Amino acid sequence: MAEELNVLRTWSSPWGLRVVYALKMKGLEYETILEDLKNKSDLLLEHNPVYKKIPVLVHNGKPICESLVILEYIDDTWKQCPLLPQDPYERAMARFWAKFGDDKLLPSIRSGFYTRGKEQEEGVATAIGNLKFIEKLLKGKKFFGGDTIGYLDLAFGWMANVISIMEEIAEIKLIDAETFPLISAWINNFSTHPMIKDLWPPRDRMIEKYKAIREPYLRKEA
Amino acid sequence: MASNEMKLLGAWPSPFVLRARIALNIKSVEYEFMEENVLVTKSDLLLKSNPVYKKIPVLIHGERPICESLIIVQYVDEVWASGPAILPSDPYDRAVARFWAVYLDDKWFPSLTAILMSDGEEAKKTALEQAIQGLDLLEEAFTKCSKGQNFFGGDKIGYLDIALGSFLGWVRVIQIMANVSLIDESKTPNLFKWAQDFSGHDAVKDVLPETDKLVEFSKFLVAKVKGSGTK
Repeated sequence: MAEELNVLRTWSSPWGLRVVYALKMKGLEYETILEDLKNKSDLLLEHNPVYKKIPVLVHNGKPICESLVILEYIDDTWKQCPLLPQDPYERAMARFWAKFGDDKLLPSIRSGFYTRGKEQEEGVATAIGNLKFIEKLLKGKKFFGGDTIGYLDLAFGWMANVISIMEEIAEIKLIDAETFPLISAWINNFSTHPMIKDLWPPRDRMIEKYKAIREPYLRKEA
Repeated sequence: MASNEMKLLGAWPSPFVLRARIALNIKSVEYEFMEENVLVTKSDLLLKSNPVYKKIPVLIHGERPICESLIIVQYVDEVWASGPAILPSDPYDRAVARFWAVYLDDKWFPSLTAILMSDGEEAKKTALEQAIQGLDLLEEAFTKCSKGQNFFGGDKIGYLDIALGSFLGWVRVIQIMANVSLIDESKTPNLFKWAQDFSGHDAVKDVLPETDKLVEFSKFLVAKVKGSGTK
């Protein structure tokens, strides 16, 4: 049977990119349905009534929500080019760090981005402490998945995507090439990978978007 | 330590620790349970095994620690693949089970604890409404997942049964302490029956904390949390 795959996402969301990169890695054809989050489509509301959020993968009419759940679904359904490692312990580690990225690392980076002064300094320090865990993971590896991009690379894709933009706008330094040589190299390897770079959201649009997101937080402080 | 020795660092009141215990019981895996008194002090072993979060549960398999309850459950399922399956075999069913487990931890459990911990009647009322809405969603999910059988996992307990069932002790505590009905026989009849079946299951009944012990513990916990002025 011909597979029908639709991805509801936005032009910029790193969570949406996780899904399309996974589909590309597996060599799967899909359609993107771009959503305007200020005006959510009936399709999105029908397929994700609980969160009303993107991304949603729709496979032959059946919706799957939550980007990391979607990655596991893709890996469970299509066996070529495995995203997760085979060994259960390595799988547990990949899942652990992906969750750490979303639950701890990203919020700490945001806390450096949305603030100024002392609060920003503290946010940046926490973020750098968290990044040190990640630097260790890359020892002896080109990608988190080893020689090829895997689940954890896709889970951390937002780092390659968003950190340098936040650094530029907020005038902070998180990933210094001296302190984080491995993460710096990984960002370059990931973002220039042929499967990845074609879908990379344009930098100037991202800068505009994140400046606009940051605005209200700075006004609140003033 | 032998390469196949299992230790579980945990605490009897923790629903997250309970998940790991149930998973290990389903697979009939022997392990040493090491009780941590985390409200008082954290052991060196815990701090060494979980430097990132310093939290229980931690499963130590041989020398290797695995942290985060749902990750532990999946690990146990994958290592003891020949035992009764915890995650469903169908990829879509797996995704549904994973989705609801994430929902429970990210959205539902925080609203549940807020019923006890938040300040003021308004905040408690909002938390209660959110928790009940969540249970309505889970009642509906039960019908789809169980396919007419007793558990979310079908005829045997599975991933989502463990994820939600581990909270049952605390649901009962909150029903008593806040004088509310959460899993109600008339409003959520499927969950009501499921809660009884789950609690009586062989892999669960000996490790599920007794409600009155948990009530006593919760009084101590609320006092500690509110007394220290921190969340």
